[in-house]
Amino acid sequence: MELELKNLYDDFRNANTIKAYAKIIREDALKLPHPINIMEVCGGHTHTIMKYGILQLLPENIKFVHGPGCPVCIMPKERIDHAYVLAMQRDVILVTLGDMIKVPGSNGSLQDARSRGADVRFVYSPLDCLKIAHENPQKKVIFFAIGFETTTPMTAALLDTVAKQNKVNGEAREGALGYIKNIFFHINHVTVPEAMAALISDKECNIDAFLGPAHVSVISGSKIYEEFPQDFNKPVVVSGFEPVDVMQSISMLVKQFAEGRCALEVEYKRAVTRDGNLKAQALIEKYFEKAQNFRWRGLGDIPQSGLKLRAEFDGYNAEVIYKNILPHEPIDDHKLCICGDILKGKANPPECKIFGTACKPTSPIGSCMVSSEGACAAYYKYGNLL
Amino acid sequence: MCLSIPSKVVKIDKENNMATVDTMGVQRDASLVLMGEEDVKIGDYVLLHIGFIMNKIDEEDALLSLETYRQIIEAMDEEERQRAVLDESECQNRGA
Ligand code: SF4
Repeated sequence: MELELKNLYDDFRNANTIKAYAKIIREDALKLPHPINIMEVCGGHTHTIMKYGILQLLPENIKFVHGPGCPVCIMPKERIDHAYVLAMQRDVILVTLGDMIKVPGSNGSLQDARSRGADVRFVYSPLDCLKIAHENPQKKVIFFAIGFETTTPMTAALLDTVAKQNKVNGEAREGALGYIKNIFFHINHVTVPEAMAALISDKECNIDAFLGPAHVSVISGSKIYEEFPQDFNKPVVVSGFEPVDVMQSISMLVKQFAEGRCALEVEYKRAVTRDGNLKAQALIEKYFEKAQNFRWRGLGDIPQSGLKLRAEFDGYNAEVIYKNILPHEPIDDHKLCICGDILKGKANPPECKIFGTACKPTSPIGSCMVSSEGACAAYYKYGNLL
Repeated sequence: MCLSIPSKVVKIDKENNMATVDTMGVQRDASLVLMGEEDVKIGDYVLLHIGFIMNKIDEEDALLSLETYRQIIEAMDEEERQRAVLDESECQNRGA
């Protein structure tokens, strides 16, 4: 058989395959020594699980804990305020990915900033910054970079293009043809394993196993999860995002428990290796280093879980350049929001007092409601199936 | 937002290190800077993420998965058929 593009879509969404895996899972679940709670770390998985009604296909003794979700959901308000403040500078064009559009900070969202006159642009790719900077030489283009490991190399690649071009054209000759002096970066890249480790080190947390996001491992390799089975006794299956991928991964986890094993396995073998994309990793390494701390909305401070530009690139770092006008006080979420408990598997979205009433996707109050990939937003959209 | 999309490479522009990929009928340009020099060829399946090709999809492995799925569906169908036959004979016994 020859592979066709549509195989990569249709066959991994095939209803009969999903049904067959549901049956295998139900049979193996009879052998489980105890009920298991699986955390899907990534909002992409939450979305698949809710959209395809996967929870309804699983037996009683397999439960899901919906993880931190997506890079947008975990962005603390003070950093959204950074974006807002930068966008409101008269000579700034703030550029970011479309996912950031509606996320509210304490003054409003970037969409609100735009309606108040700020030049905010939502792009498909970081590379679009090059064109915007070229067409607006009098403006400063600030790329507000978001994303997990999957998206970090693309920011690094943009900076690499800019830095290389400037080197060739001589930094001393500002204004020389090809010298790009008006692209800057505000970095909000975060890393998945540190967040997982923080979650399971909480004594009250209720997680027995993880579905690891495949696209993170396409870049970083499956090796980033090796510590979890080894040191924490939590199995991990690196899973693709199509419903068949997710069902197969759940089946692999259940088999591990049924057979008394605890290992790291890869379901998404078609694009994940142990080592990942080395070229992308080298690019990240060249421009970024670990930040001491990143404050996750809903989870709080997690050491070493964020990235920042290396000091030698301060000249490109909007956080350094605009230090004096950026707010630094942490801003907590609404008192009634129980996102923290949801992320640790202690509660489900409908248990929140304001779920679906004061807090909705159009007027999100907590982090889990801000993007379609957050647990509360997914329950809101697909919850009537439950 | 971290999702990437399976696509097929239809054109390569070596000079600019770019490729054109097809995603179920939509054609888009994608940067090749995250890939090794000779890694990507026309006709390859790749993962596309915010304007970049982030990796190749291993064709052999994808086919292997599809074969596994075919087998488990077959096994399920076979079991269902047998159960149907059993149910049938039960009914007849009951009738007798
Ligand atoms: S419904 Fe809203 S306020 Fe409640 S936990 Fe979810 S995000 Fe937080």
